Amino acid sequence: MSLAFDANRWWPSPLLPKGDGRDWALLFVVAALSFLAGLAAVGALAGERAAAGWRSELVGSATIVVRAKGTDSADEEAARAAEVVAGVKGVAEARALDAAKADALIAPWIGAGALPPDLPTPRLVAVDLDRKAPASGADLTRALSAAGIDADVDDHSRWSKQIMRAGASIEAAGAGLFVLILAVLGAVVAFATRQGLVARRDVVEALHLAGATDGFIARLFQARFARSAAQAGLAGALLAVLAAVLLKAMSAGDEQLTALLPIAWRDLAAPAPFPILAALVAAVTARITAIAALAERP
Amino acid sequence: MRYGREAEVLKDISFELPRGSFHFLTGPSGSGKSTLLKLIYLSEQASRGRIEIFGQDLALLKRAGRPLMRRRIGVVFQEFRLLEHLTVFDNAALAPRIAGRKPAAYRSDVADLLAWVGLGDRMHAMPTALSGGEKQRLAIARAVINRPDILLADEPTGNVDEAMALRILRLFTELNRVGATVLIASHDTDLVLRSGMPVLNLDAGRLAQIPVFNPELSP
Repeated sequence: MSLAFDANRWWPSPLLPKGDGRDWALLFVVAALSFLAGLAAVGALAGERAAAGWRSELVGSATIVVRAKGTDSADEEAARAAEVVAGVKGVAEARALDAAKADALIAPWIGAGALPPDLPTPRLVAVDLDRKAPASGADLTRALSAAGIDADVDDHSRWSKQIMRAGASIEAAGAGLFVLILAVLGAVVAFATRQGLVARRDVVEALHLAGATDGFIARLFQARFARSAAQAGLAGALLAVLAAVLLKAMSAGDEQLTALLPIAWRDLAAPAPFPILAALVAAVTARITAIAALAERP
Repeated sequence: MRYGREAEVLKDISFELPRGSFHFLTGPSGSGKSTLLKLIYLSEQASRGRIEIFGQDLALLKRAGRPLMRRRIGVVFQEFRLLEHLTVFDNAALAPRIAGRKPAAYRSDVADLLAWVGLGDRMHAMPTALSGGEKQRLAIARAVINRPDILLADEPTGNVDEAMALRILRLFTELNRVGATVLIASHDTDLVLRSGMPVLNLDAGRLAQIPVFNPELSP
């Protein structure tokens, strides 16, 4: 039994043949690129968040090393230093660490209980700064000097600058990787378009001779590759989200991993724009490539 | 006209097809018939000489103007050049579709024409399922659907029986009657004789015009 053809219900079929093996290869490459771009975006956001957290910790605190002249006066001197800096504008809290805590801090390097009890060790004062308007290291040094306390102030600015540099590097690396992935995508689509024009030479020629403009033919390839890139890009982006969820789940019970890569739920939206971006890059590349290739024909 | 460094395929040819004329193009294989048609339907560019179509020198025609000129020329290829992934109906509807017309404006024309060439019950078939004669009729339908100003056909009756050949000739004559300039390359001496139309005879790349066809003079 065959169905009668109703010309009144006819609608034009796509002028390019449906996908073949080459299209599958292209879909795979675009999906893989989308997956990598998605993971890179999630990683860059989480890395930036980690760097920001470390920077915030460092900027919000300072350490004062009080050089005591004798073991008996060391704790008193540290307590006095804490009292002096607590009164400085921009300091939220200051507390002197007792000898046991100071020893615990140097224990990893020289071993626990390795120092003789009568050896005068420096005392530390931990200072929490006002996050909104923190006191500078110079402010604290000035206050301590005015009180006649022999101490060094470490406002962590050296570390903070390094972490800021690391954070900027993470952002630059993420952006660079993203641009590289888009460039690779463009190159792959340009190659596939040229291949498509060669493989479908009969179609291109028939369309040309029937009066199709270069733009009309280019639009066919443009639409085909944009759709393929969007579909493959979506698949890759979904896989990237899945991988990020797995990473987040794995790091949930591991403090070190969470500190290194603190993935937030909202980071999972980062791969979302890639399918659209991939479609745009594919459309533009396919159009430019097709127009250039068609211009070589009579 | 020559391809690369090979010998000239066409040389010292000068002729004019008046608007609304009907000619057959005859000559042995390799005499340059297909090349001459390709030059007219803008698939090749002449290596020297001057070709003017619709009053336009092709050497001066810009690339953007070529598609518009091609839309005024219908071509029936010897090897059909059908799009095998499209149905008979889609193939026949190619020219109006490319011209940007809305499907509703040409659906019935396509259906009528396909019925006229005997493909009314094959509209949904794929070209791979058609016989040689059916493919030829589809190629003809595709070439004439837009009522071209020039109709070129390369051996359009090579794969059809006599009755269908005459029917196709009648279609071409009808198109010619309403204004189309027709040039048909053919080996079919019976058809050329029956038509009574003037002949351009190509031999070894040179052209001779024969007002009345004489099969004794034709190779």
